[in-house]
Amino acid sequence: MIADTTDQMPATTLDQDKAEPTIEEIVGAIGDTVGEPRVENPKMSATGVDVSYAEKQAIFSVDLDIGNNEVIAMIGPSGCGKSTLLRCLNRMNDTIPICRVTGQLTLDGEDIYGPDTDPVLLRARVGMVFQKPNPFPKSIYENVAYGPRLHGLNRNKADLDDIVVTSLRKAGIYNEVKDRLDAPGTSLSGGQQQRLCIARTIACSPEVILMDEPCSALDPIATAKIEELIDELRQNYAIAIVTHSMQQAARVSQRTAYFHLGKLVEVGDTDTIFTNPKHELTENYITGRFG
Amino acid sequence: MKQFNPEGHTAHQFDVELGAVKNKVMQMGGLVEAMVHDGLDALLNMNSEIAERVIAADRQVNQLELDLDEECTRILAKRQPAAGDLRLVLAIIKTISDLERVGDEAEKLGRIAIKLSTADSIPQYYGDLGHLGEHVKAMLRESLDAFTRMDVQAAFSTAAKDKAIDKEYANISRLLISHMMENPTQISTALNVSWCARSLERIADHACNICEYTIYLVEGRDIRHADLDEMRKQLL
Repeated sequence: MIADTTDQMPATTLDQDKAEPTIEEIVGAIGDTVGEPRVENPKMSATGVDVSYAEKQAIFSVDLDIGNNEVIAMIGPSGCGKSTLLRCLNRMNDTIPICRVTGQLTLDGEDIYGPDTDPVLLRARVGMVFQKPNPFPKSIYENVAYGPRLHGLNRNKADLDDIVVTSLRKAGIYNEVKDRLDAPGTSLSGGQQQRLCIARTIACSPEVILMDEPCSALDPIATAKIEELIDELRQNYAIAIVTHSMQQAARVSQRTAYFHLGKLVEVGDTDTIFTNPKHELTENYITGRFG
Repeated sequence: MKQFNPEGHTAHQFDVELGAVKNKVMQMGGLVEAMVHDGLDALLNMNSEIAERVIAADRQVNQLELDLDEECTRILAKRQPAAGDLRLVLAIIKTISDLERVGDEAEKLGRIAIKLSTADSIPQYYGDLGHLGEHVKAMLRESLDAFTRMDVQAAFSTAAKDKAIDKEYANISRLLISHMMENPTQISTALNVSWCARSLERIADHACNICEYTIYLVEGRDIRHADLDEMRKQLL
């Protein structure tokens, strides 16, 4: 009996192999990216980017531009690689030892993974705002002043004061905190903390701002304020935002990129993606037919 | 050509809501079709009883328009549909307003039928009017079928029939104008018959609009005010 079972085992395994296609096969079936991933004068540019965590490939050959003065929204189901790609853009993935990035990623045409690029300086140029507001356990003033001081952006205390006030103003929070700049950043409400984090990012004079679900921990009013802010920031920065809220992507972005299983399925004008997407997977996702 | 499937949402209740709205549109379409049929019947057979029925049915159609508008508003507010779903809801909102107007035109046929059943009539033109009416009825039916089946091909070929109907209408108008010139005492009767022809021609226009919404719904292309043949070449 035991021998019989063992004999049958390989056959069963083979059958399963046939029934379940590999991730590469599934990804291959998605086909080429629909829409134009390139823009004129891109701020950042990804070409043939593959990302793997150890043996598992998370992103498959993605080409995508981030244009100046535009908000590009990256949407897709969990595990589709949108956050992974976002984190590649300022080399946040460097902190994960098993993560391997290949292909080319450029900022103003310069390879950000090149040997001459200092990731710390890169992250000053390409700032990031995270899902959960994460102010330092310091005063509001110090939260904003930390970056400029680290990068030596100020010559004296007056300069620093100026940077802090301007950054808080740009982040639309100055009027709410101007009387208590010495209060701990953590004493603010969630929405205020997130705007403080945005002020902290702006303080380093970035050129690109990456946002990884910046509103998912916020209430609708705080969300509306952040969205309003994103639209204002667009005048001066290139912004890439990862969001699970499709309405948010539709509201704040000019271009939208839809990812699925690590593939960039479709990219195009937000207006078109949300009214008349070309790829069936995009249509299914944004109309709530996923899974 | 694209395929659009209104079902398969992860939130099953959304399928149910969209399905219910679609069914109600079909119900409204059926009712309006019957009204046009009866209105024409009342006119051609000078039957004021049928005409009264048409007038009464218009209230039902109006109520359906109100109900459907409200349900669509609710879906927009609660579900925030996108892409194909959004186009479906928009196409429904537009379609029902056209259907309601078709109902109004049918009601007009009914009201004129009552007038003409008592006044001096000019039945020599009823043959042409009946012919126009049959074409209009067929066009309305085909447009509703195309909408229900989301059939772009059928929508194109139905919309193309509008030109022939316009010609037929122009023809009847010409005949009626001559009649009025020759028989000035019958001008008001002839005018009434002319209104009926006009109503039928308008119904065909509404049917044509429904075809355009169908194409928008499936293809995501707004073909209103565009050249039909050109669009057909692009899309099919």
